[in-house]
Amino acid sequence: MNIDPSLVEWSRWQFALTAMFHWIFVPLTLGITFLIAIMESIYVKTGDPEWKRITKFWMTLFGINFAIGVATGIILEFEFGTNWSNYSWFVGDIFGAPLAVEGIMAFFLETTFIAVMFFGWNKVSKKVHLLSTWLVAIGSNLSALWILVANAWMQNPTGTRFNPDTARNEMTSFWEVLFSPTAINKFLHTVSSAYLLASIFVIGVSAWYLLKNREKLLARRSIVVASVFGLIFGIYTALTGDSSARHMAQVQPLKFAAMENLYEGQSGAPFVAVGITRKVENDEHKRLEFISKIEIPNVLSYLAYLDPNAFVPGIKDLVHGNPGKGVMGVNEKMEKGRMAISALRSYKEFQAAGETAKADSAMKVLEANYRYFGYGYFEDPHQAIPPIRLTFVSFRVMVYFGFLFILMMLYFVYHSMRDTLEKRRWILVLAIFAIPLVYLVSQAGWIVAEVGRQPWIIQDLMPTFAAVSHLEVSSVKLTFWLFAITFTILFIAEVRIMLAQIKNGPKDGGK
Amino acid sequence: MLKRVIRFYIEGFRSMTVGKTLWAIILLKLFIMFAVFRLFFFKPYLKEKFPDDKSRAKYVTEQLTRKPL
Repeated sequence: MNIDPSLVEWSRWQFALTAMFHWIFVPLTLGITFLIAIMESIYVKTGDPEWKRITKFWMTLFGINFAIGVATGIILEFEFGTNWSNYSWFVGDIFGAPLAVEGIMAFFLETTFIAVMFFGWNKVSKKVHLLSTWLVAIGSNLSALWILVANAWMQNPTGTRFNPDTARNEMTSFWEVLFSPTAINKFLHTVSSAYLLASIFVIGVSAWYLLKNREKLLARRSIVVASVFGLIFGIYTALTGDSSARHMAQVQPLKFAAMENLYEGQSGAPFVAVGITRKVENDEHKRLEFISKIEIPNVLSYLAYLDPNAFVPGIKDLVHGNPGKGVMGVNEKMEKGRMAISALRSYKEFQAAGETAKADSAMKVLEANYRYFGYGYFEDPHQAIPPIRLTFVSFRVMVYFGFLFILMMLYFVYHSMRDTLEKRRWILVLAIFAIPLVYLVSQAGWIVAEVGRQPWIIQDLMPTFAAVSHLEVSSVKLTFWLFAITFTILFIAEVRIMLAQIKNGPKDGGK
Repeated sequence: MLKRVIRFYIEGFRSMTVGKTLWAIILLKLFIMFAVFRLFFFKPYLKEKFPDDKSRAKYVTEQLTRKPL
């Protein structure tokens, strides 16, 4: 397949830019809607008008985030059809079905329940309004479910069968796709991290009010709700992260090895808690060498297999194979992949010639080797290695700051319960800085997921370079810069409107 | 019923404060996305080049199997 590498790179940059920009808005929506629903529930339960005021204030900030972010995801769908046409065709209905459900769900959600949520104060009963608020929260999260299911399928394609007549993967079991362990882990980990992000957002804004000696009741109450919510889901994020990593070790072992910069497989493998690395020049394995590191013995083996003495394959084992440990190398997979591609070609040729028996025989070869189909495009086994440094660093950023945020939530819960928060101004200042930081950490999570799975767009079935459309590189560059400009303007608009609204405070109410 | 729903939306939009700016941003953004990006820069590649699914499938199969093995 003769693809210009710069076309692949620019297409990837363009997609990464769009996805990362989209992800600025999504996690806040996913989390803050639940926080708003909890606050409104307290209002309905207690009848205290201050809770209504608090609810309406956070609803306004949610509205700003929602308005600026809405439809930014649509561009990703444009890009699938234009820049990734081979991929879009190849995935067929598996990707189309969840996205269609998401689209319909988002449309009904946005036109009905959000309207009641924003316009319905004093027009519908308290209970109907509260129900709408909860439905917005649940609906947004269900909307995210379908996207994450589609993404999970790319990381671990299950519940499908390749149809050589249409050149498409067809769904054989909707439930297998929906309930694949990758989809469940991905959904739970992503949404719980979004709840943590939203909690930090609410705490950070409230901390600013406390530092400014304004809106103290609103700030205190918001911190109580957000810190408890953030603590619960912060811990849950860590637990789901742990199960995600364990699952990754099974289905994406090279991603796991890259995340740990594990070159040689080991029994009783240690976890590198802190490591400073340098690149080994001209190394075919893209190896990073540890200049210094602090290791925790046996932890990696335990994390991956719940056995402190288990063997964890390293990059070298996975690329070259380690028959003693039952690890198949990329070379062998490349052979099988080439057989699959060749069988597909033969199938089409025999079918065109009307030679049914030969076509059936080619089909059998294709089916037997299809799970390695994508390896057939590699010319060198080292092409299967993901970018190690970015994956390794992003993973540590995500995990370490994730734990720091949990401690921060614990601190806020403790001191807000004892009403001693305002005496500790340093933590209030820190909470404000935690807002941009948690966004960076959230993006780091996606870098681990998406950069770590390279070179695959669909794990084992289609490498990223085989998925791009044959466009002019200049046109991809042009759209990249157009997006970069548009997104920057939108981002500045969001921050300015949001900051102005926070500065105004809740006096304007909920619109 | 329909009248009440329409009135609900109209009154809601009328009483907006921050929302008016946001709606202006949403509409401008949707215009840029659909009338500019979609129309001029993001034409569906396969639909533009091939008239039906059969020829699209043929093209993708060729792409997938083109590599000299």
